[in-house]
Amino acid sequence: MTGISRRHFTQGLGAVAGAGVLAGRGRAAFAQGRPKVVIIGGGAGGATAARYLAKDSEGALDITLIEPTKTYYTCFFSNLYIGGFRSFDSIGHSYATLASDYGVNVVHDWATGIDRDAKEVALASGGRVSYDRLVVAPGIDFDYDSVPGYSIEAAGMMPHAWKAGTQTALLKSKIEAMREGGTYVMVAPPNPYRCPPGPYERISMVAHHLKSTNSGAKIVILDPKEAFSKQALFMEGWEKHYPGMIEWLPKSIIGDIINVDARAGTIETDFDTFKADVANVIPAQTAGTIARDAGLANDSGYCPIEPATLRSTMDAAIHVLGDSCIAGDMPKSGFSANSQAKAAAMAIRADLLDAKAFPPRFSNTCWSLISTDNGVKVGARYEAGEDKIAKTDGFISQTGEDDEQRKATYEESLGWYAGITTDMFG
Amino acid sequence: MRGSGGWALVLAAAFFVVSSGDAPASDPLLEQGRKIFRKCQSCHQVGVNAKHTVGPFLNDIYGRRAGTLEGYRYSRAMELAGQDGLVWSEDALSAYLEDPKSAVRGTKMNFGGLRDPDDRRAVVAFLRQFSPGAANIPETPPTAPLKNADPEVPSHILALEGDPDYGEYLSSECVTCHQADGEDKGIPSITGWPNERFVTVMHAYKSKSRDNPVMQSIAASLSDEEIAALAAYFSRTGQ
Repeated sequence: MTGISRRHFTQGLGAVAGAGVLAGRGRAAFAQGRPKVVIIGGGAGGATAARYLAKDSEGALDITLIEPTKTYYTCFFSNLYIGGFRSFDSIGHSYATLASDYGVNVVHDWATGIDRDAKEVALASGGRVSYDRLVVAPGIDFDYDSVPGYSIEAAGMMPHAWKAGTQTALLKSKIEAMREGGTYVMVAPPNPYRCPPGPYERISMVAHHLKSTNSGAKIVILDPKEAFSKQALFMEGWEKHYPGMIEWLPKSIIGDIINVDARAGTIETDFDTFKADVANVIPAQTAGTIARDAGLANDSGYCPIEPATLRSTMDAAIHVLGDSCIAGDMPKSGFSANSQAKAAAMAIRADLLDAKAFPPRFSNTCWSLISTDNGVKVGARYEAGEDKIAKTDGFISQTGEDDEQRKATYEESLGWYAGITTDMFG
Repeated sequence: MRGSGGWALVLAAAFFVVSSGDAPASDPLLEQGRKIFRKCQSCHQVGVNAKHTVGPFLNDIYGRRAGTLEGYRYSRAMELAGQDGLVWSEDALSAYLEDPKSAVRGTKMNFGGLRDPDDRRAVVAFLRQFSPGAANIPETPPTAPLKNADPEVPSHILALEGDPDYGEYLSSECVTCHQADGEDKGIPSITGWPNERFVTVMHAYKSKSRDNPVMQSIAASLSDEEIAALAAYFSRTGQ
């Protein structure tokens, strides 16, 4: 129903633009009242951007958030659901407050394409939404071909569970139904990917679950990398809490993955063929398809941006946030996306409303749970440099920390979850 | 009127405890304490049926973490002192009573203090009768020092007037973890902190005398003016 009025509005905008009023990227006269900001994707980047734009512009912007799911399940903490530390419902969030308290127009639809010339976003339902400024925060998509034999269909049998929601629930149900003494095989992703410590936290959580429910169960990690995030911390924790359960096989041992057969449950590598009772295949990742289709990505598969504003270097009317952008030294994480969203929201308000812009502040911390009350963290601060967002300093948990320290770190992560989800969804 | 009736009961209870053998009724220290406690009575009740009035009731105060009684609205400063580990021992009570405003900066207790150590010993002994097992209370030092244990911040830094609007912008980085509504789950609430305390704590992280690496890293990235701006902003929130 909004489609008609949007089309109508678009014609109006087109007429004004034709008269040259909207030329340039700075402030301009807007066709009808408030400048329109459209946000694609309601995750840590998109939802935060929507909330900060709405909160800080106090009604001066017309903000539309396009997100297909009505309940958003956070990828962060989804491993804790797999480990039995969180309920599925506890990682689900609604957009109701953004709509009711912040006046964000939340459209539950798929954004299927971006017409950069017309400044319009096409929706699966057939509608089109015009924008003065677009925020693209679609997260990641998968390069299924990076694992020969893997596909969208195969993901129904060998879940990736690297986008939270039904995939997460599917993987958990498979782990719970695994035969006694069975083998869980993870195909870990190559760099760069969403949430660097995530695969290894997942292994910890799967081990935690299996240790108490499935005696004799084994876990094998087939890794296309030679090293991974927080490796010393995870290795220490696995040895202590899950001795003999977990085998990590890096590329130097397994070589390449030759084929996965989802029906047979086999993963063939240069080294050996592994028979999995539960297979968790996490393929290589790229920027969200909609961003690549719109020509916002470069050869890397991700989208280059201006460091201080997250503005696309391909299109001055578009900002790309979170996992889809090339954020320099910042890892792909919910925390990073949330941090970037605030910088982008400020830049957009400065452009459209002449609001004051301060230097952006970027930071990230990734917490991981290894076993009950045993949390670790890694984090850093970043500055917008000339060419990239550059790391200024960082920290990481130490091996050999006492139980009290680890418990405090875990509790800190619970506080962070409550904080960031409030910061995203209100 | 309710107050005066209540006080008759309170004093009777005190004498009951005293006469039941925990301490001799004629103990001049307790008698002196009872007299000095009159200074406190306009705000504090103690004994049977004691209730919160202007101040919280003082039954069972020994061994209790500061700022934690249900149903009483403490100053933010007192709640934070408790969160930092202040527990009411004899020494802690005595230090607080000597100079409340400097012992817990920002306390709302409007009392000039008892400078005479004998007076403090007497009133603290008097209060002790209203905590169970008074004779068995171990005399440990307070678990957290009453005076701020963080390094002193030079007065010219404490005196900086922060810009709360700039602080609001900077705060967007804080609220990724610290909940803006003051909820306190795993990560401390930072809303409504007294200005001076906020500045002192941030500088303690900056000098790495507090040890959380996330906070050390953030504090290191903030100038003195930015810390003052954040303090100005957060002191106005959550009140």
